[in-house]
Amino acid sequence: MGNALGSGSGKKITLRELQGLYIIWYRDLLRFWRNKGRLLGSFVMPLLFLVIFGSGIASSMAGLVGGGVAFNYIQFMFPGIIGMVVLTAAIMSGVSIVWDREFGFLKEVMVAPISRTTVAIGRTLGGATIATIQGLLMLVFIPFVHISVSIGQVLLILPLMFIMAFALTAMGILIASRIRSMETFQVIMQLLLFPMIFISPAMFPTQFLPSWLGIAVKINPVSYAIDSLRQSLTTMPGFGISIFGHPMSIAEDVALVALFALIMVSLAVWSFGRQE
Amino acid sequence: MRNEDRHIIEVENLVKKFGDLTAVNDISFFVREGEIFGFLGPNGAGKTTTINILCTLMRPTSGRATLNGFDVVRQQNQVRRSIGVVFQDPSLDIALTGIQNLYIHAYAYGVPPSVRKQRIEEVLRLVDLSDVGNKTVRDYSGGMRRRLEVARGLLHFPKVLFLDEPTLGLDPQTRHALWDYLLNVRKREGITLFLTTHYMDEALVADRIAIIDYGKIVALDTPDALKRMIGGDIISLKTEEAEAAMAEIRNQFGLDVQRDREGVFFEVPNGEEFIPLLMNNLKTKLHSISVRRPTLDDVFLKLTGHDIRGEEGGDAAMRRQWAMHSARDRGRR
Repeated sequence: MGNALGSGSGKKITLRELQGLYIIWYRDLLRFWRNKGRLLGSFVMPLLFLVIFGSGIASSMAGLVGGGVAFNYIQFMFPGIIGMVVLTAAIMSGVSIVWDREFGFLKEVMVAPISRTTVAIGRTLGGATIATIQGLLMLVFIPFVHISVSIGQVLLILPLMFIMAFALTAMGILIASRIRSMETFQVIMQLLLFPMIFISPAMFPTQFLPSWLGIAVKINPVSYAIDSLRQSLTTMPGFGISIFGHPMSIAEDVALVALFALIMVSLAVWSFGRQE
Repeated sequence: MRNEDRHIIEVENLVKKFGDLTAVNDISFFVREGEIFGFLGPNGAGKTTTINILCTLMRPTSGRATLNGFDVVRQQNQVRRSIGVVFQDPSLDIALTGIQNLYIHAYAYGVPPSVRKQRIEEVLRLVDLSDVGNKTVRDYSGGMRRRLEVARGLLHFPKVLFLDEPTLGLDPQTRHALWDYLLNVRKREGITLFLTTHYMDEALVADRIAIIDYGKIVALDTPDALKRMIGGDIISLKTEEAEAAMAEIRNQFGLDVQRDREGVFFEVPNGEEFIPLLMNNLKTKLHSISVRRPTLDDVFLKLTGHDIRGEEGGDAAMRRQWAMHSARDRGRR
């Protein structure tokens, strides 16, 4: 009988934690929806990259690559841009806990009858959802890039973006639970965001890099996320990442990113739970 | 339903240390169900630390505390469901509307869906914010934000509402209005209010007051009983010759005289009758004489030897508070 009672209250607690998970996730989305400026702002960087950076590089590369096969740089870069948008949105979302601390809302969350684990996972899911939506919105640029994307491809990149976003939001939370000041936050964003994007195949093919940089690219988990996006959206043979001569398939890329996500969310939950 | 003999909060030998600093030094007290209980003390006395422990935001170094019968360390979720908190610093999501803030809170605290909407409207009405519920909190005034926090704290039918310096940073008029709302809340909801303050007039609203200084409770009683600790009225003399006046009053009347900035002061059982006596016998030149009933300021001064606003122990108190904040920050890492 004691057992039955125990499992009964256990179920109740699980339901409450699920409600908690939902509301933490919901708040993130509500804030995102209410902040139209942020939504518009998220189009600016990718547009600049595609139009200016992309055109500039494409025109100067056209002569260099050659060899009969036309290399369309903008098409190459497009999945990288999506990756960049997802990465930035995800990390920003995770680190926004610093804002919550600054404006005091974190206290309201901390004193609520929801476990720290639920809060951390709820935030991760919220940030990942937002980042995925932002990534998805980048598809409006498809007409300018001149590629054809099927519904099937869109459905394929959805989970890919989500797993990537989940991992990086968790990383953001991990960092945010360690830092106290907005100044540190700014520095960390600079130190993290740019290397993660530029030491990856997002903006340029990595085959021709010096070996030390090539190794750094292979260590960067974001590389595999972007590789999986590129393989899903374009058919450009020879630009994928390979480990020890073995070219990575989409499934292998996803497995690596998922592993990274698992590690990050575990660390985020642990670190967030330790705060007093 | 409310049982005034029941102790809704019980605290035994509570200690909280941050490194070498003892923020809360072995305090014990209880709070009766339905009463307004005040924690009165200067900044850095340990008021917020005690609240944080009772709210499960900090673990005590030693000692124990229960709230609504639940242990604040071992039964955190039950304690959290039993309390509402209005923190010293703002804790609203200012990017959302008032109603959205309340909706999130209702969900997080498991307020049943059937009563959620009705309860949100009810608490908004209670603090007179029904008209602005759909406005973004960023556009609220300081007083409105505080009231929304009070409404939010009440939303999930808690047993105790904690108010940590609830009127800090509000102008006198807004302070006054907030107190009207709080007293109304107490009447309507019948809940226990636990407040900390360093404003004497605010503490007077309480049924019982604990005076806390340097982490210790130095007195705990009703405001009237505390004032009776002062033996009657207080007479203050403004004079430039304070030393002479002190000597004279000691010699002639055998009274315990203390100095303040502008002269001297002492207690007598009946101030009005004492003045003629004083006039006839005192040779020291005076600027003025005043008689007043004792206030909590006087009680505080008598018990701790310093002013609550910390003119005397000011530096020490400030150092202490600073040490507490930095210790807390270190503790987070």
